[in-house]
Amino acid sequence: MTGAEIVVEALKKEKVEVIFGILGGVLLPLFDVLYKKEIKFILTRHEQAAAHMADGYARATGKVGVCLATSGPGATNLVTGIATAYMDSIPIVAITGQVATPLIGNDAFQEADTTGITRPITKYNYLVKDVKDLARTIKEAFYLASSGRPGPVLIDLPKDVQMKETKYHYPEAINMRTYRPTLSGHPLQIEKAAALIENSKRPVIYAGGGVILSGASSQLRKLAEITNIPVTMTLLGLGGFPGEHSLSLGMLGMHGTRYANYAVMESDLIIAIGARFDDRVTGKIETFAPNAKIIHIDIDPSAISKNVKVDVPIVGDARNILEELIKKVKPLSLEGWHKKINGWKMKYPVTYKKDDDKLRPQYVIEQIYQLTKGEAIITTEVGQNQMWAAQFYKCSKPRTFLTSGGLGTMGYGFPAAIGAQLGCPGKIIFDIAGDGSFQMNIQELTTAVLNHIPVKIAVLNNGCLGMVRQWQELFYGKRYSYTSLGEGPDFVKVAEAFGARGIRVNKKSEVKKAIEEAIAEKKLPTVIDFHVEPGENVFPMVPAGAGLNQMIGGLA
Amino acid sequence: MKKKEHLISMTVENKFGVLARVAGLFSARGFNIDSLSVAETEDTGVSHMNITVKGDEKILEQIIKQLNKLIDIIKVQDLTSYDCLERELILVRLSAVNRANIMKIVEIFGSQVVDVGQKSVVIELIGDSHKIEMTLKLLRPFGIKEIIRTGKVGIRKEGEK
Repeated sequence: MTGAEIVVEALKKEKVEVIFGILGGVLLPLFDVLYKKEIKFILTRHEQAAAHMADGYARATGKVGVCLATSGPGATNLVTGIATAYMDSIPIVAITGQVATPLIGNDAFQEADTTGITRPITKYNYLVKDVKDLARTIKEAFYLASSGRPGPVLIDLPKDVQMKETKYHYPEAINMRTYRPTLSGHPLQIEKAAALIENSKRPVIYAGGGVILSGASSQLRKLAEITNIPVTMTLLGLGGFPGEHSLSLGMLGMHGTRYANYAVMESDLIIAIGARFDDRVTGKIETFAPNAKIIHIDIDPSAISKNVKVDVPIVGDARNILEELIKKVKPLSLEGWHKKINGWKMKYPVTYKKDDDKLRPQYVIEQIYQLTKGEAIITTEVGQNQMWAAQFYKCSKPRTFLTSGGLGTMGYGFPAAIGAQLGCPGKIIFDIAGDGSFQMNIQELTTAVLNHIPVKIAVLNNGCLGMVRQWQELFYGKRYSYTSLGEGPDFVKVAEAFGARGIRVNKKSEVKKAIEEAIAEKKLPTVIDFHVEPGENVFPMVPAGAGLNQMIGGLA
Repeated sequence: MKKKEHLISMTVENKFGVLARVAGLFSARGFNIDSLSVAETEDTGVSHMNITVKGDEKILEQIIKQLNKLIDIIKVQDLTSYDCLERELILVRLSAVNRANIMKIVEIFGSQVVDVGQKSVVIELIGDSHKIEMTLKLLRPFGIKEIIRTGKVGIRKEGEK
């Protein structure tokens, strides 16, 4: 079997349904095998989008996403997408073509040191120099990407290796002496955690993306419901616990709810599950939750005590650990604590100005939420659109809120929506976008049109790079330096030129109809260009460097 | 903050790219590696690395956790926190003008002259940092022309857990 045939056989063995990417000179042997169409291939219009599609597919389905790009520029174009997946621990396997082994290092045409470039943004990467190593490498790559703390793995595949022949043998299992993630939590640590929980008066569960990655949502819900402990989620944790649940505090952090942030700051116990105390979550770290003991459940030992000192670390898979922990906890009487939190909830709801006719972006998201009954998959771009989506679309299920949290990649949401749709064909998928970020991967409208992918792009068009503009307004004396996008393109015409549907919405009264039309469209991607109120800001907000409870704005 | 020197000892997979991964963790955090030595162990598939660095303790603790996380790393130890033996080998080229006196110092410290030329002599020194610094201090007045150091290597003493 040739190297190229081995790749396709191995991908079939890993049950890969779809590959996203663009070919090029050094990938000709591989594409000659893909020509048989044994695996679906989605030809994108830019490699960055291919990586985001693989990422969106992985987030929506829980399977490993696969993307493919040629050597040199193809590989460097993947970089942003790989880094996005790396920061959010998303399992993808990226395969890149490389110039033939005798040419490596010679500045050959379309050559780049791909493994060198991607080393700090992959969980692991390989340069396959011998076709005999190829099958095992692919097996390892899928195993590494999806096990432990997941992440992107890259395989760099020289042209001559694709053409060389060897006997094909796909290993059933692999045993790596240097890689054995801890899966079950230490029983003694779980005992200690249970004891802390039992004695707590003002506990809070702080759930992150790890809950979703490990499939621990139902265990998390059980833990919360048995103990009556309120749950706040990080941006990546949204959907890990039902947003409308009476114990839900919504999101915490820089644009979190006031009640979540106040609860965390006043808590005497924080139970962190699959979260990493990121700076957008903790605010000023020195003043973070001063009276709280901290239990930290995480599969990655290097995440423990990285930013805050942890009292009871439990290393392992969140689902396994929660299963054990649930057996050891009892109902707590937290009436006083709940009374206090409910007081904050009443006093500081997440809201915006509703009593006029102005078309506000928050209203658009609320309408999408209602018309999809909270059951759509939401992807977001980055910035204000992302924060409003997090605040107003109260996801109830895991793997339904896909967003670039760690890297904050504008241009993520639209290709991620396409990837998610390929993984979940029947689902309604909305990309909550801004006019700035949508333009960063707008070329993929072609990909969506040609492959009949009916994703919906809700462009909250305010004519500016809104989040940065917000910071300029609040902290840089309203000096709006280059945040205006001017008279942007006519998104309806753009959509139509690509063969997609375009709908323009100027008035609040037109919102509902436009969303309904988009939902009814089963074949074409639909761009809804919402001309929203410019200058609308995301509140509440923790200013950079302030304590988590020093929030500004958003008061009803 | 006081910056203490740390000797980090690692066993790693013996393959290409591993050194770059390790070095990358230090450079990404602005740490300068003061010395580094890498060589095969009795198992040819495994290499041993010794790295000396100075830096903020908390960041170093994080680096060690990250090193442990690297797929190709088998074991990481910060030898500074154990009772261990440390050695370094250095080659020093000295001006040959005062050969007799050089020989005396070399003898006292149990070092060796390994090459003698018309204008210079080369001395081989092996020892812990204290011994090496002492010897170099005494040799300096003779005119050091060149120093080549291997960097520190270390091994833990028996009976230490």
